[in-house]
Amino acid sequence: MAVDIQVEHLNAWYGTNHTLMDINLHIPASQATALIGPSGCGKSTFVRCINRMHETNPIARVTGTVRIGDLDIYADVSPVEVRRRIGMVFQRPNPFPTMSIYDNVASGLRLNGFRNRRVLDEVVERSLKHAALWEEVKNDLKKKSGASLSGGQQQRLCIARALAVDPEVLLMDEPASALDPVSTAKIEDLIFQLKSQYTIVIVTHNMQQAARVAERTGFFLNGKLIELDSTHKIFTNPSDKRTEDYITGRFG
Amino acid sequence: MTRLRFQRSLDDLKEKLLVMAGMAEQAIQRAVEAYRVRDLSICDLVDHGEFAINRLEREIDQMALDLLAMEQPMAIDLRFILAVIKINADIERVGDSAQSISDRVRELQAFPVAEIPVDIPKMASLAEAMVRKALQAFIEADASIAASVLSMDDSVDDMNDAAYFSVLNEMKTQPHIAPQALNALVISRILERVADHATNIAEDVIFWVRGADVRHHMMKDEQAQDETEPKKA
Repeated sequence: MAVDIQVEHLNAWYGTNHTLMDINLHIPASQATALIGPSGCGKSTFVRCINRMHETNPIARVTGTVRIGDLDIYADVSPVEVRRRIGMVFQRPNPFPTMSIYDNVASGLRLNGFRNRRVLDEVVERSLKHAALWEEVKNDLKKKSGASLSGGQQQRLCIARALAVDPEVLLMDEPASALDPVSTAKIEDLIFQLKSQYTIVIVTHNMQQAARVAERTGFFLNGKLIELDSTHKIFTNPSDKRTEDYITGRFG
Repeated sequence: MTRLRFQRSLDDLKEKLLVMAGMAEQAIQRAVEAYRVRDLSICDLVDHGEFAINRLEREIDQMALDLLAMEQPMAIDLRFILAVIKINADIERVGDSAQSISDRVRELQAFPVAEIPVDIPKMASLAEAMVRKALQAFIEADASIAASVLSMDDSVDDMNDAAYFSVLNEMKTQPHIAPQALNALVISRILERVADHATNIAEDVIFWVRGADVRHHMMKDEQAQDETEPKKA
């Protein structure tokens, strides 16, 4: 079930570099929220803070509050539990190359101790169907490795793998930037279908993509959230001059 | 600033639209002058200008379409191109209006000059002033100038309404000048439409500059307040 994300006074550092400055925002459930901004603006750091990946870097530090539903992820739980509730999809598809398609999708569940074959079969099938990949791979689930699929299929496999552990939130860091237009369209269609069931946050450099898939869009610049509003408002008549200058290509 | 080539293309688009607008303005002036002095050689000039206006309309639409497809503009640039497409159509219709007046003048040549109590030159001057002001708003990207055009439209509408009753009365009392009277009424109606096109242009300028849709008096007060607030620096 999708849940809201509430972020309050979030700050992040890499060493002495203050990369996120007092971020406050609300991400509604069952919607896609896109984050845009020039390279180095802090948008990827922001999503890494939401699933506690930022702190895996020894010189990184985070302060502030992130609530996923009622759960304060920096106070109440372990990072492992957070990452079970929050799926992450990266720019480059990263299936486990030696594992079969089936094992890729089942890997998260097995890590969490699931061994029941019937349950695993059901979850693998459901996840691949949700990721719109089932019809293309159902006859090769155990015959082919994840690495044997095309780039677009690999990315959908990674989405299936993320969905298999039944997360509430799906974070996507430029999920289609390494894909061709047809695969990109499939990923976007998928995001459109998934957002009724998950809270989706998507980082993208492709503003048309943000406009197509997200209800709300936030603009980051120099570690600050400059503006967060309905996607329609951001792309037709943003409130802040800096947002307008960025999306019209006057800087960035 | 980046995307210099794109910004230059927007400037080119604006310049081309203004060239076309200048031609349409001149066409209306000429057509009304042709009516006033009953000179068919001026009608020829209007007819000739109409071809150029139509050609420019197609070129501007093509430029705008190319920019939408190739540059995928956003925010104020997107609003600008949408406004240009709509203003382009309105200006072309102003050119058509001049052509229609010119056609009426040719028809009137078959009839003797008659005094019709419809002040076409005055009405034309008001409609032309509206077009000029709407274009000035477009040149200067000034929504307040554009807003002032909207309030001028009622005067032209009133003059057109008055023309109807004057012509009706004239046709009752002097049926032998009915063709001249009817032509004056048709021209009055055409000028009223020119004023409407000026209003449309002004509304499109407001949309471009403020991002506010003020067509058909739909803008709510609070929305107007929101949209007119300057962007945060």
